[in-house]
Amino acid sequence: MAPLVPMSQPWVEKYRPRQVKDVAHQEEVVRVLTNTLQTADLPHMLFYGPPGTGKTTTALAIAYQLYGPELYKSRVLELNASDDRGINVVRTKIKDFAAVAVGTARKAGYPCPPYKMIILDEADSMTEDAQNALRRTMETYSKVTRFFFICNYISRIIEPLASRCAKFRFKPLSEEVMSSRIMHICNEESLNLDAQALSTLSAISQGDLRRAITYLQSAARLFGSSISSSDLISVSGVIPEDVVKSLLAACRSGEFDVANKEVSNIIADGYPVSQLMAQFLDVIVSADDIPDEQKARICKKLGETDKCLVDGADEYLQLLDVASETIRALFDMPQTLVF
Amino acid sequence: MLWVDKYRPKTLDKVTVHDQVAQNLRKLVSEQDCPHLLFYGPSGSGKKTLILALIKQMFGAGAEKVKMENKTWKIDTGTRTLEIELAMLSSAHHVEMNPSDAGFQDRYVVQEVIKEMAKNRPIDAKGKRAFKVLVLNEVDKLSREAQHSLRRTMEKYSASCRLILCCNSSSKVTEAVRSRCLNVRVNAPSEDQIVQVLEIIGKKENLHLPAGFAARIAAQSNRNLRRAILFFETCKVQQYPFASNQVAPPLDWEQYVSEIATDILTEQSPKRLYAVRQKFYELLVNCIPPESILKKLLTELLKKLDADLKHEICHWAAHYALCMQEHKMRLGSKAIFHLEAFVAKFMSIYKEFLVATFG
Repeated sequence: MAPLVPMSQPWVEKYRPRQVKDVAHQEEVVRVLTNTLQTADLPHMLFYGPPGTGKTTTALAIAYQLYGPELYKSRVLELNASDDRGINVVRTKIKDFAAVAVGTARKAGYPCPPYKMIILDEADSMTEDAQNALRRTMETYSKVTRFFFICNYISRIIEPLASRCAKFRFKPLSEEVMSSRIMHICNEESLNLDAQALSTLSAISQGDLRRAITYLQSAARLFGSSISSSDLISVSGVIPEDVVKSLLAACRSGEFDVANKEVSNIIADGYPVSQLMAQFLDVIVSADDIPDEQKARICKKLGETDKCLVDGADEYLQLLDVASETIRALFDMPQTLVF
Repeated sequence: MLWVDKYRPKTLDKVTVHDQVAQNLRKLVSEQDCPHLLFYGPSGSGKKTLILALIKQMFGAGAEKVKMENKTWKIDTGTRTLEIELAMLSSAHHVEMNPSDAGFQDRYVVQEVIKEMAKNRPIDAKGKRAFKVLVLNEVDKLSREAQHSLRRTMEKYSASCRLILCCNSSSKVTEAVRSRCLNVRVNAPSEDQIVQVLEIIGKKENLHLPAGFAARIAAQSNRNLRRAILFFETCKVQQYPFASNQVAPPLDWEQYVSEIATDILTEQSPKRLYAVRQKFYELLVNCIPPESILKKLLTELLKKLDADLKHEICHWAAHYALCMQEHKMRLGSKAIFHLEAFVAKFMSIYKEFLVATFG
């Protein structure tokens, strides 16, 4: 992964922590792993948590620190969703790698424990069959191999696998930790970021450090070295407040056609509807003049629509449906027509 | 050459509609660095134009010499060997393809083909850029697995390859992919902007446009620039000099759908439903996407309905559009069931409404 032109490297890669102790905000994990580094004793691990909290980083860092760059290649097998991981691969590739005994080669300065590591990144996209095939493999070769599972949703990992691992939850980064990390990068890259822009960045990235860094880099590319909060908003794809407000205003008018026109405009402007829903929800929840019952009805609809969007429904029709339901809720019209 | 292609802006400087976006992209390219990009926006808004202009800006004229090839990839999945045929447009610096063409096998395209291309560094060491560009169209049509597969590829080979993704709705692209890209929203041009473009084309072609003519085409085009230009050219072929009240003929499938709408509104009976089914088949065999049919049908129906009914009908349209999607994913495409179910539902609601109001 050595970069050819250092400049063209994304900052996410450039500032990826190389050592476990540098991983931000995940104290328990760091404590356990630092201990591991001294005793070289390690259980199977399962890291889970939202994107951009440092799961992959931690796993790669521990592998590097245990084996060093030279042994890394022979001791660590890294598989992620970009590799085929069907049941076939589990039965052949993973099992073969796991079965091989470890050589005694040692490298000065690294603990080099007598086992290999298999890192399964994005494990929640593995099929259930493939996960089932892993169960016995994990136990049989536990003497010479340790497994690292990394996933966003622990509920998609089958119970028998989860119970064989030490589980660690990676929590979303708090605002202070995020800010200090961002400030560090700003210093390195000699960027000017005022306090307001910093808090905006923390707010729009919602605890996802990778997203924050990507936004920062994009903004730096586009707007040069001094970045304001509006620059950050424009690169992040957050929808401007007045678009959301005007949708609500159109719904408040009670006229279906007005709402329909507004919806068509939003779609033509290319705003992502899932993002719009999230912001619309905020506006609805914080509106003081809408009674709770109506809010509940709208929120229920938003929830259903979000599911539909995930299933690949058409954006225009879904948004129109939300707008019409909002109108009906605001004017206390019945859910279905009664003649 | 069609006017749509003839007057497509070739460089970022000549882009008129999205000049702000173009300016930002130019800044992006002037530095050595360039992140992964995700362009999203409705069709006919100029995403492709911007991408092509951007690539030209990056690599110079060399990127314009593209060749089209149909390549067959043999992919070994362990148990069997798959053969996937993909159309690719490639130049010395970039490759463009449409991975969702592979249908349910798109995962293998991402895992094998794209990874293979991303791994290889461009040989040209003297060149300005140390990376090559992969343009992937219609990423929103990629299956979930395929999008997951993209995630790590984007990070791992970022030193040698930049991805430019292009899609209609960014809601259908997973969060993980979106957060790895610089998102560029390309909004549909407003009617005024379309009028401007049409006038420029008119001037270049030495045409005389009657007052209000361009505005009428713009209104008809539904903020789709490509369609507006096509309409414009159709009008020119149809009759020149333009008559002051000339309108572009509506697309024939749209006209057909509005006929269906009238049919449904005049009579609600199983017999009519059967007649409508024939018409739907007629549309479907002509490769009109079922979602477009449903949407157009809804717009036509909404024009003629009572306010109370509108809510109800739009709810069911959304419902059946979703059914269509789910159906496609699980069992293959039989969109006709859902189109017909929608019509039947509409008929029953409408009939009930008529009986209740008029007795």
